[in-house]
Amino acid sequence: MSAVPIPTRTPSESLRPPLVDGEQTLSSITETVCSIVERPQTPRAWYIAFAISSSLTLMLFGLIGYLIATGIGVWGNNSPVFWGWPIVNFVFWVGIGHAGTLISAILFLFRQQWRTSINRFAEAMTIFAVTCAGIFPAIHVGRVWLVYWLAPYPNQMAMWPNFRSPLLWDVFAVSTYATVSLLFWYLGMIPDLATLRDRATSRVRQFAYGLFALGWTGSARQWHVLEKAYLLLAALATPLVLSVHTIVSFDFAVSHVPGWHTTIFPPYFVAGAVFSGFAMVVTLLVPARHLFGLKDLITPRHLDVMCRIILATSCMVGYAYATEFFTAWYSGNRFEQFAFLNRMQGPYAWAYWTMVTCNVLIPQLYWFKRFRTSPWLMVGVAICVNIGM
Amino acid sequence: MSTTVEPTPVTTDEPEPASRLFGAIAIFESAEKLLSAATALKQSGLTKLEAHTPYPVHGIDEALRIAPTRLPWVVLAGALIGAGGAFAMQHWMNGIDYPFLISGKPLMSIPSSIPVTFEVAILLAAFAAFFGVLLFNGLPRLAHPLFRTQVFRRVTSDQFALVAESDDPRFDELRFGVITTEHGATSVESIEQDVSSVAMPTLLKAAGVSLVALALIPPVLIAQARATTSEKPRIHPIQDMDFQAKFKAQTTSPFFDDGRAMRLQISGTVARGDMPIDPAISTGYTSDAPPGPESSQWLDSIPISPTIELMARGRERFNIFCAACHGRGGDGDGIVTVRALELQQGTWVKPISLHDRSVRDQPDGRLFNTITNGVRKMPGYASQIKPEDRWAIVLYLRALQSSRNAQPADVPADVLETLRETN
Repeated sequence: MSAVPIPTRTPSESLRPPLVDGEQTLSSITETVCSIVERPQTPRAWYIAFAISSSLTLMLFGLIGYLIATGIGVWGNNSPVFWGWPIVNFVFWVGIGHAGTLISAILFLFRQQWRTSINRFAEAMTIFAVTCAGIFPAIHVGRVWLVYWLAPYPNQMAMWPNFRSPLLWDVFAVSTYATVSLLFWYLGMIPDLATLRDRATSRVRQFAYGLFALGWTGSARQWHVLEKAYLLLAALATPLVLSVHTIVSFDFAVSHVPGWHTTIFPPYFVAGAVFSGFAMVVTLLVPARHLFGLKDLITPRHLDVMCRIILATSCMVGYAYATEFFTAWYSGNRFEQFAFLNRMQGPYAWAYWTMVTCNVLIPQLYWFKRFRTSPWLMVGVAICVNIGM
Repeated sequence: MSTTVEPTPVTTDEPEPASRLFGAIAIFESAEKLLSAATALKQSGLTKLEAHTPYPVHGIDEALRIAPTRLPWVVLAGALIGAGGAFAMQHWMNGIDYPFLISGKPLMSIPSSIPVTFEVAILLAAFAAFFGVLLFNGLPRLAHPLFRTQVFRRVTSDQFALVAESDDPRFDELRFGVITTEHGATSVESIEQDVSSVAMPTLLKAAGVSLVALALIPPVLIAQARATTSEKPRIHPIQDMDFQAKFKAQTTSPFFDDGRAMRLQISGTVARGDMPIDPAISTGYTSDAPPGPESSQWLDSIPISPTIELMARGRERFNIFCAACHGRGGDGDGIVTVRALELQQGTWVKPISLHDRSVRDQPDGRLFNTITNGVRKMPGYASQIKPEDRWAIVLYLRALQSSRNAQPADVPADVLETLRETN
């Protein structure tokens, strides 16, 4: 075994806790990470967890089949004015995805080195979240088999899509976002796939990892190009992630519906996306780190930093809620005012107050150090945020 | 590329006739040792020298004198093509090719085209970055001589390697070994390259050929379907609203007590559009049944007062309902007629010119009846055009006929004078 010490501290960081705990070397980290996928025997617990999630997935497919066969009235979408359930889910899932891109791209540009422990994890979460998000607008069009009409392709009707509609902007924003997230994830993973390829002992693993590693040799020239490309992709993904939720917010803000037609929506949506996404990362990461023995690589410091980000974005979201009320009052528009008062006191008051409690009040617990250091308290708060969003 | 043919060196391994020396690899335990060895070897004049490391090592670019990559320019080009293409696409599609009028918004508006322009720019730039990496790095390259050495397998995990290629004119394996060992290499080996040409397994070949053949079937079927015509109705995988569950007229229905699908008119009510008016206005004749062609029971004049508004209305209705076959001028050269004659449609009867004497001499009531009930191949338009509008069309038709067949006597004397002067 090689005994190369990991450069855990850079001079500027000497006062901060190290990025990884324990006496780590290159080989020990590789060993820790690779051993998860290289276990000769898949643990029984994994099969049980997989069985549960795949039966739920099967139920999802069954219900989608029922929904498509019956119509979107199943969702309660019985009016052409609102999207109701599907757009709530769409915005929720796209927002979840944004934390992954934020961690991988924005923190990379800001040279926040702690991101390297969790970025691949968060990027994978992004890709699954965007996939989930895509289900809802695709089905909500009603005749999902005609969803390709959204694409500007030459057709026998000699018609083109309406490029002045925010719903079409959504199509471009979300599909670009999914594609760029996938490219970013895969590009960063190529050297790791090569590591797995060279560690593989069976022919099947050698072939599979070898195919996806594309013949990476880790040469200085390859690293030179890859690092440049990674930096550029990060620089492209950063405005992209901001634009995606901005465009999603246009679905509401460009309409003239009271309570929606407001310019605060784009920043408000982006802050909310980062907020809910980080809460989801914490929700998934704490159990994963526990189950897969990654506590030395994903340290309390990482979790602490994520809690601080959740706290900061919670305050932004709370500020946005307050601003909406101020705007409604200051506008002098009776319909605008009614929309907000009704939100607070009307038939959906229970949902509104759950949202405020879970998104603004409960995250304030992160001011206390105990909630940022105890993983299970942390997850409790994060799950509240997931519910609130 | 070296033009001199290298003599195949004899290696310590059992000699394989189908391989040649690719180069030599030296393994280091740390990045610092690798850097100093790389600097020394570069100074010795080696040009085909490459470092392989588990993570990007700072300073290696300078040690190996790697020129900055041109990738950023490729990415910029991708972004510009994306932005320009998306902007032009939106304006051409919504503004030029299919002008899309939505609530009076401008056809070519810059603000509303920003989101798609931006997204497509990012998309193409990201594609440029990703495929640029593959292109500049020569990937995918699944077979590489390095992969045949055991020592290389640790290089992607925790060790560092320097590789010198044998087609460098200054390559000397012995000297390479000495310099790298001086700088702390733990092992130095030569790398063999397999140059034997191994035939592809027959099974793989057969599978490849049959896959290509199968993949060709759908495009061939599509091309055939596009090039030929079919008598059968098109396949309807998704029926949308083309075939609906419904009761047709004169059929039974279990829904109503009387078992009929059709409903009877409720006594004492009048159906929409059935309000009784003067029968002469709604039929164009005064008898109980349509009279013969030469009968005197046709109305001789239009029974509603001919105003300029009625004339305008008649022109509009004529151009909507009649002009498609009869032509705007009534010559029987409407676009449907032209197209049908072009297609050599044997069943098409060209409508007679409305300026023909046989039409001009018909009484107004008979023209009205023709619009209402049709004649020869022409269907009746009673269900599409209201009676007043049918009279408006007759009025306009008379104006059309007069425009070609008027005599000086038909024009009032004072107007005639003005006409003479202006012509």
